Amino acid sequence: MFANFMAWIDKRLPVTDAWNKHLAQYPAPKNFNFWYFFGSLAMLVLVNQILTGIWLTMNYEPSGDGAFASIEYIMRDVDYGWLLRYMHSTGASAFFVVVYLHMMRGLMYGSYQKPRELLWIFGMLIFLVLMAEAFMGYLLPWGNMSYWGAQVIISLFGAIPVIGDDLTLWIRGDYVISGATLNRFFALHVIALPLVLVILVFLHILALHEVGSNNPDGTDIKKPKGSVPPEEQSKFKFHKQYTDKYDIVDAIPFHPYYSVKDIMGVVGFLIIFCWVMFFQPEGGGYFMEAPNFEPANGLKTPEHIAPVWYFGPFYTILRIIPDKLFGAIGMFSAIIMLFLVPWFDRGVVKSVRFRSKWHLINLIQFAISFIVLGILGTMPATPTNNMIGMIAAFGYFGFFVALWFYSKNENTKPVPERVSG
Amino acid sequence: MKKLIITLFASLILAPTLVLAAGAGVHLEKAGNDLTDKESLKRGFKAYIDNCLGCHELQYQRYNRTFADLGISEEDGKANWMYTGEKPGDHIKNTMPKKEAAKWFGTAPPDLTLEARLRSPDWIYTYLHSFYADEKRPFGVNNKVFKDVGMPHVLQDLQGIRTLDEHGNLGPAVGGSMSEEEYDTFVRDLVNFLEYVGEPSKLERQNMGYWVLGYLFILFIFSYFLKKEFWKDVH
Repeated sequence: MFANFMAWIDKRLPVTDAWNKHLAQYPAPKNFNFWYFFGSLAMLVLVNQILTGIWLTMNYEPSGDGAFASIEYIMRDVDYGWLLRYMHSTGASAFFVVVYLHMMRGLMYGSYQKPRELLWIFGMLIFLVLMAEAFMGYLLPWGNMSYWGAQVIISLFGAIPVIGDDLTLWIRGDYVISGATLNRFFALHVIALPLVLVILVFLHILALHEVGSNNPDGTDIKKPKGSVPPEEQSKFKFHKQYTDKYDIVDAIPFHPYYSVKDIMGVVGFLIIFCWVMFFQPEGGGYFMEAPNFEPANGLKTPEHIAPVWYFGPFYTILRIIPDKLFGAIGMFSAIIMLFLVPWFDRGVVKSVRFRSKWHLINLIQFAISFIVLGILGTMPATPTNNMIGMIAAFGYFGFFVALWFYSKNENTKPVPERVSG
Repeated sequence: MKKLIITLFASLILAPTLVLAAGAGVHLEKAGNDLTDKESLKRGFKAYIDNCLGCHELQYQRYNRTFADLGISEEDGKANWMYTGEKPGDHIKNTMPKKEAAKWFGTAPPDLTLEARLRSPDWIYTYLHSFYADEKRPFGVNNKVFKDVGMPHVLQDLQGIRTLDEHGNLGPAVGGSMSEEEYDTFVRDLVNFLEYVGEPSKLERQNMGYWVLGYLFILFIFSYFLKKEFWKDVH
């Protein structure tokens, strides 16, 4: 019965073939470690955001007069509205946690190197859209920090010479942030950007499956056809798209091996996620900032305007440069640098395991600089903080410059032919 | 590799302490309130209606929700907790004209539904203890926690009035109808009620949290063994 049904479908749409190609017969290296959980976790959070977002939208009122009250309506009068809202707000922070770790994984194991440059670019586009999505979503509760945070960021566009003022007017749809801004941000947040995000995720995965997954060793599991004796090839059955061109070693089918492993990762992640959501939904004031518990007020600036933590690193780079235009350029170039990593790195060895000590040190200092920049972004801009910020920003940008220099003639270790298990 | 992971996690753990170190402000006393104490919440609700509601609305919170959460029956609620002919499903509001109020006090008295989330229960507790006599202010009082606040010391009859010495320390309250302990309890009840109103589902949330975490821990054990079983043939 079911076999007949599937045969009927498969004649009209290659469902079984797609299932095999991307899951049941997709060759994944057998040596994925802890860092490889974060891709599937990012997908989980995306689904969480979309589902909870749909139900929140049913009860949210996108208007300057009604937005704040409608959030409290969700928190008090809608059945389990508080749960939906906290899942969504905690999900936003969790999204950045897993995405930052996912990106760090890519940097550590050289997952951006040839032939995965386009895969990396798609990932960076996802990151960029995600930041826009989070920024616009943060305006929607229409709290005072929502309002002033948006004020600060949108005013950045005013620093652009000649067109700046008209551009900010165009973005806001008003001379100040108002209900008009809220309405357009709502439209972008609930339909335009999520749509782009989903399409980009689709392309990211398609590009991944075209070039194949990297692994902690950076060793290719696809060997030239005919170069590996049959007894050394992976004993599992893989889709002909992969086996026609390559001999596959040290690989296992994604499903069921990594699907059951990812279930374990998902449950582990959910333990931390639920602990935050049920017991610390404000994330110590970092996931939900205290001034956001009073409605937007254009006449009352919060004592200390801080972006949500995940924008911290970029906000610090913006702030330490005294000139607004150059600050904005600095901030955007911090993101552009990440896009260009595949070309800053001129090396051929992928994984940090087999690269020089300099590369390991560079990666560690980059991670520390990024975290320090992030912490400073949530703190007031005192001279001391700005000084530390300068040093950390130097470390951040220095990572890319140094990488470009040492990667050309790097003293690497020999990469093993096969993954180390 | 291990070093990198350890460094990353060490920085993540140290991060909050750095941030906390930067956030020094006015010293706040601990409110020490208990959300599970329904009698305290009821006393706080009463105190709020009698002393605060005239100026400060709870415009997002409904009477009947409050009754249900505090264990007040609807008949009792209608008879003893609503004074001006509201319906049980109404929000807890007052009839103060906002514009005039802004003229009287310099600024309209804010809604307090979310005050405990905006400023913290400890802040409210300390604030209500920190009024002192100040001839320069329109109502003859100032506040150590909220300088030049527009609000008069509404609870002066209960607490009495404190004075500020030349070192900026507050003296004992004089001339109130309550002893110090009575006033502390009174304010603690009020703060307790405000913390409840700030997030009425807080206890339900935490209670559900224990069940969810318990379930997830058990599921984690199963998912671990499931993974182990499947991975037996991977070498």
